[in-house]
Amino acid sequence: MIDKRMASCREAVADIPNGARVMIGGFGSSGIPLRLIEALRQHGAGDLTIISNNAGVAEEGIASLLRDGLVRKIVCSFPRSAGSVWFEKRYQEQSVELELVPQGTLSERIRIAGAGIGGFLTPTGYGTRLAEGKETRVIDGKGYVLEMPLHADYALVRAAQADPWGNLIYDTAGRNFNPMMAMAAQVTIAEVDTVRALGELNAEQVVTPGIFVNRVVAQERQHVAA
Amino acid sequence: MLRLNPEQMAQRVAADIPDGSYVNLGIGLPTKVANYVSGDQQVIYHSENGILGVGPAPATGQENPNLINAGKQHVTLLPGGCYFDNAESFAMMRGGHLDIAVLGAFQVSERGDLANWATDNDQFPPAVGGAMDLAVGARRLFVMMRHNTRDDQPKILEACSYPLTGAGVVSRIFTDLAVIDVTPKGLQVVELFGDNRFDEVQAVTGARLLPPV
Repeated sequence: MIDKRMASCREAVADIPNGARVMIGGFGSSGIPLRLIEALRQHGAGDLTIISNNAGVAEEGIASLLRDGLVRKIVCSFPRSAGSVWFEKRYQEQSVELELVPQGTLSERIRIAGAGIGGFLTPTGYGTRLAEGKETRVIDGKGYVLEMPLHADYALVRAAQADPWGNLIYDTAGRNFNPMMAMAAQVTIAEVDTVRALGELNAEQVVTPGIFVNRVVAQERQHVAA
Repeated sequence: MLRLNPEQMAQRVAADIPDGSYVNLGIGLPTKVANYVSGDQQVIYHSENGILGVGPAPATGQENPNLINAGKQHVTLLPGGCYFDNAESFAMMRGGHLDIAVLGAFQVSERGDLANWATDNDQFPPAVGGAMDLAVGARRLFVMMRHNTRDDQPKILEACSYPLTGAGVVSRIFTDLAVIDVTPKGLQVVELFGDNRFDEVQAVTGARLLPPV
């Protein structure tokens, strides 16, 4: 019987090793798996590569991983939000490496990793500094840059509802990067508000099919019949 | 010379947004444009994190922490609006489905090159967000910026000195002095605000302008 629920965030992240490549869903303050990130911080795996749109603000989320010196590299489109003090500090002291990726290229690189595509040609960034050193092609007079898939060992995602099979439904703009990240990692761990019994989610509304999700942790302890 | 204030600039940009357009407003100055699109016009706003049909800010206490725009501000969803993931959101841009994007800029060149994501100040880490995708993807790219920097340097130049966001991507430039189109012939002035004279505007511009016809 398939039941992907785990009792705690701590248990869900316990096997993440030093040096892991970890995708973390979210955009700004929206759709971030904050409890999983906190469990990862306490778990203490270091030398991490973090793939996420932002680099965290204040002491929360990715910022707490940067503060504790657990991050070696960050792959990101917009690391410099108001209050992203820990990223700025680690960047300035050169203890964290930054790979800056245009936002649509970031989400597409993640999506194609999950979809088994070996690369794609995008007009984004053509003729700019972010395309330097990359293969380019001109097709019908328009310039394109070859971008490669972005895989991860783990993805930490946030959704509103799940079922024991790991099907996910999101809340409003909290969806953002979460569905692609769920596809692109070897192990995807979902933090959700509520776990419903099998058959209770509206199958037409499922955004992330459970095949992409390995572990589910509910926000509050929920006891539902599987 | 007459220099429009940011509210007047926003009003002028809004006047060029056709009814029924799908529009992305960049962070900062461009977000003001939404305040001036007339009530009998229907314009659908796109937010790159994954929203079409972005509505106004919610009443205090009604905020949903997940429902934010690209500027990370709390917003609402209009009836008919919808949500989607980030990859689909950027497919809308690159795929040419967005009618207009309005972006701020540090510099624009006479060929329509846009520089708006990085200066050469190494003190700060770079951040690009969705600017490069919007620049290449929107069918028409409007730039909304002051004509000159705070220390009176021109921002419209023969070539950008800052790193490019996109090459040859700008359609129309709205400054506080004039409206200027990027055309194959060069930078065509289409409107001078108030009594601003062509030669006065040319004198504070770093590239050759074509006079209004």
